[in-house]
Amino acid sequence: MTEIRNGKRVIITPVSEEDIKSLRIGDTIYIEGYIATGRDSVHERVTGEGRDMPVDIRDGVLIHAGPIVRDRGDGHYEMLACGPTTSMRMESFEYDFIKRTGVRILIGKGAMKENTEAGCKEFGAIHCVFPAGSAVVAANCVEEIESADWLDLGMPEGVFKCRVKEFGPLFVTIDTEGRNFFKEKKVEYEKIKDEEVEKISSKVGYIL
Amino acid sequence: MCSAKETVISEKDIGMDLNGKESAMVDVIASFISHTSIRLPDDVIAKLEEMRASETEERALQIYDLMFENMRLAQELKRPTCQDTGVLQFFVRCGSNFPYMGSLEEVLKASVLKATKDTPLRYNVVETFSEYNTGNNTGSGVPFIMWEILPGRDDCEIYTYMAGGGCSLPGQSTVLMPSEGYPAAVKFVMDRITTYGLNACPPLLVGVGIGATSETAALNAKHAVLRPIGSHNENERAAELEKMLEESINAVGFGPQGMGGKRSVMGVNVVNTARHPATLAVAVTVGCWSHRRGRLVFDKDLNYRSLTHSKFDGGAL
Ligand code: SF4
Repeated sequence: MTEIRNGKRVIITPVSEEDIKSLRIGDTIYIEGYIATGRDSVHERVTGEGRDMPVDIRDGVLIHAGPIVRDRGDGHYEMLACGPTTSMRMESFEYDFIKRTGVRILIGKGAMKENTEAGCKEFGAIHCVFPAGSAVVAANCVEEIESADWLDLGMPEGVFKCRVKEFGPLFVTIDTEGRNFFKEKKVEYEKIKDEEVEKISSKVGYIL
Repeated sequence: MCSAKETVISEKDIGMDLNGKESAMVDVIASFISHTSIRLPDDVIAKLEEMRASETEERALQIYDLMFENMRLAQELKRPTCQDTGVLQFFVRCGSNFPYMGSLEEVLKASVLKATKDTPLRYNVVETFSEYNTGNNTGSGVPFIMWEILPGRDDCEIYTYMAGGGCSLPGQSTVLMPSEGYPAAVKFVMDRITTYGLNACPPLLVGVGIGATSETAALNAKHAVLRPIGSHNENERAAELEKMLEESINAVGFGPQGMGGKRSVMGVNVVNTARHPATLAVAVTVGCWSHRRGRLVFDKDLNYRSLTHSKFDGGAL
């Protein structure tokens, strides 16, 4: 379900294909409801070993993150810092991961590539970035960690099911048409970079 | 992928074999490490404020606002600004007459254990080949300690650095032939920054090292990001290169988080040493916007002050 609150587009889980279909790269959204954490080893377990996610993320949201979590010792965990980690490390798994889990929204840091584009386009999903390094703001959007699984992988690699309130801002970087914000931007960046390299090169002939 | 072996850090591990003076030093350094994980250095905060004020793109402004809200919350809640509190590195400039030189390595290691427990910092140290997380932020060669001995002096200056994963990824070093010259070095830096740099949480502080071999260049690059933002290389040409690279990277326009913006770097610092006639080594490394480097100075009586974090008063968290 999608709600507009004070000008913010808030998507409430579970996420339908309808909720994300009209979103385009560069749009800003917020998530309310549930987000699960999962990074490298989680992807490997699901796509490589064929295991099911310990929490159901069909029509759900996954964040590529290695959080700092405090173990309160009574079976409860508290989210201290929860910024996204580099999504590119998950790129090779992501098509299969989206296919197997039915996840609708992936949150991470930085660019992803063809595998994720194809997964997003074929199965109706998007990739968004949360501005990285703002881990405390992100943790503050987490109201409660409702479950913690696969802790044998270590704290940063575990699957924490988080109940969140207006988690964001999230910028859409791959949309359901498979368009890729960073890929398009990089073409621009590369072009300017080449011009700038030329410019400097003519001035640094220090070795004659 | 590595498996994790979570160990509990005991008071005994932290205080092992240290006498009163040294364990007082551990307390100060540990709380300094915590402080630097929670509060960014003065020069970084000032620069980010300046950059936000000159930004015009809406998305970039949204990101700056979030960064400042994050800094505010981190201090209010006493939590690390970024979840990746990195691998601890120390660059020590120690007077040869500093009375605690002999135990400093042990003091630094104990400080990492204590800061990890008190803050808490994320467990980020994975033993290579055996591939398990040590669960206490120390391991073979970690914390990394680089020494410089200053003859005849009795004080000790410690640079602390939290090397995050994302901001360590762009790091690279290469050895060029002099015939390729400085233009090739410029291309090397620009290529690296516009690809890997983009993902390293810009605005970046870019460190460029020039030297004779791959590792001297790499070390120079690291020293470059330890240098204050806005400082300049003493060599006129090197200082000019710093300025040109800064302008050029800003012109590329990737902005905060690589999502577009007027400025992309907090600065470019170049550190250089002499080269071999047949080599021109160049290295690049970056500090992310959450550039957690600190500088703490002890005198021989262990009075201390921080040159990077004016709000540090030595107190516990
Ligand atoms: S690059 Fe820096 S700010 Fe970004 S996630 Fe890594 S440590 Fe944090």
